[in-house]
Amino acid sequence: MAEKAIEAKKKGQKKSSEDYTYAGMVFHRLTRHKLAMVGAFMLIFILLFVFVGPLIWRADPNAQIEGLGGLFNPASRAHPFGTDDYGRDVLARMFFGGRISLFIGFISAISSTLAGGFVGLVAGYYGGWADNILMRFTDAMLSIPTFPLLIALASVLGKGVWQIILVIVVFGWMTDARLVRGLVLSLKEQEYVEAARAIGASANRIMWRHLFPNTLAVLIVSTTIGIGGAIIYEASISFLGFGVQAPFASWGNMLQNAQQFIWNSPRLIIYPGLAIFMTVLGFNFFGDGLRDAIDPKLKL
Amino acid sequence: MDNREVLVDIKNLRTFFYTEDGVVPAVDGIDLTIHRGEVLGLVGESGCGKSVTALSILRLIPNPPGKIIGGEIFFHGEDLLKKNEEKMRMIRGDKISMIFQEPMTSLNPVYTIGNQISEAITLHQKIDDAEAKKRTVEMLHLVGIPEPERRFSQYPHEMSGGMRQRVMIAMALSSNPELLISDEATTALDVTIQAQILDLMRGLQKKLGMAILIITHNLAVVAEMAETIAIAYAGKIVENASAKEIFKSPRHPYTYGLLASIPKFTEKKTNEPLPAIEGMVPSPYHMPKGCRFNPRCPFATEKCREEEPEILELTPGHLVRCFHPIES
Repeated sequence: MAEKAIEAKKKGQKKSSEDYTYAGMVFHRLTRHKLAMVGAFMLIFILLFVFVGPLIWRADPNAQIEGLGGLFNPASRAHPFGTDDYGRDVLARMFFGGRISLFIGFISAISSTLAGGFVGLVAGYYGGWADNILMRFTDAMLSIPTFPLLIALASVLGKGVWQIILVIVVFGWMTDARLVRGLVLSLKEQEYVEAARAIGASANRIMWRHLFPNTLAVLIVSTTIGIGGAIIYEASISFLGFGVQAPFASWGNMLQNAQQFIWNSPRLIIYPGLAIFMTVLGFNFFGDGLRDAIDPKLKL
Repeated sequence: MDNREVLVDIKNLRTFFYTEDGVVPAVDGIDLTIHRGEVLGLVGESGCGKSVTALSILRLIPNPPGKIIGGEIFFHGEDLLKKNEEKMRMIRGDKISMIFQEPMTSLNPVYTIGNQISEAITLHQKIDDAEAKKRTVEMLHLVGIPEPERRFSQYPHEMSGGMRQRVMIAMALSSNPELLISDEATTALDVTIQAQILDLMRGLQKKLGMAILIITHNLAVVAEMAETIAIAYAGKIVENASAKEIFKSPRHPYTYGLLASIPKFTEKKTNEPLPAIEGMVPSPYHMPKGCRFNPRCPFATEKCREEEPEILELTPGHLVRCFHPIES
């Protein structure tokens, strides 16, 4: 009995040290992180809702029901989430609005992480005056009250999905820049950087081949959490009327539309609000768990 | 002895560090000659400028705070200090390679070791990936790593310290350098592994014929490896001679003190404490006037406290920087 147990334990140990790759280990630790799993299930639910939902519930999100009888319908078999102030199917609008919101969230979070990562990498690696200029610029960007300028910028650039993404990236890269700069400051003192220099690697090569991949773990976590933030940004911009324009839906402009009818039809505000809430919370939980799982010093 | 071809000739090298607390003359007038295929040991205490000399040869001194402020480093008759960064990059890892003290952190954790050795090869040779891989496996085999094909695709964390140092050696030798600088390459390893690595380096030196500059504070290491030994003290070379000469008849009081402080098995058991050199290495901010060793030297005279001695060839091939060298 005891021998068997020891053998089994040995096997278990062997598995944990040899058979797992780094990615495998991270995945394993992630599955044991309760909050991350809650977040993951929320995200899977949202993704299924947005991408599989329209295959099951085939309705045109922009089609209007003629006549006054089609407006503000409560939930029914014909319209599971009811209809809105133009007589459009709310469930279908939730599907397609979600796609746009998630698209904006993904693209702008990834872009701002890359932009911030680039600034941080250059500032941290070169140091000196390059660091000073770049980081003071970062500080300056951080000190600007975002919202008024965001609205101004949105009105200058025009209204549309890509414009929103650009605006979110312009105001979203700074924390990543600081994060990566700090990391690079410590990474560049590592012996392997000196060793790379000693085999004749150029500054560009050291930055992109040797330093950048070592910051990826942090950047992936930051992107994950950033997606939630970007979706909120999109919703806020759309809520103020500068975002995705009618008739196309996004969760943000659905909220904006619904505010006039908050007393008559509160469900119009509850559906998109709940969807944004779940998505952002899901990404935050998942990102948090990912950070814990990636950190090798933390035992889970 | 002197009809050998000179590979590296360092003349009056001065590398200073400009810190907030003042100027540190880490290397202050070092002269060193390395011949083709020679194993030279550069020995000294911590902070005497050994590593800075090595980094100066490759022009890898972090600037700021460090700066090479004077001297010449001739490599094949060309002054490395006059070359631009681009030209230096072509030399680093190709003609002159270096292995570092910390094998645990000298490899990038995110790449396989095969990938990293291949990088060193393709940086200097125009060959395709398949050929680079073949050469990498050959190198791994050469440095005595078992199952090189399997090891090729392993990550640094899957290897022990000794194995990683072998990988570093493979990387350093991958493009057949003429000079290999080993900066305390065995210090972080335990003694048995240390002996293995030294053995390996000696074997490879015989096979490939490159010159090696061994930087260490461990006299036992140079005793095993080096043909010529240079003793550094406070940023200067104080004695330079063949290994045999140094161990048989040290002329500089500092060298003498170093050798006397090594415990010997052959001596009869006594209750005498092991002799040690009195005092401490001088603070780099306050170098003593005159000979830098004078505050610790049992033979110091008034002259030593006032004037700095020149390095002189006392007997052929034996250079000493002292007014009162010990008689042989």
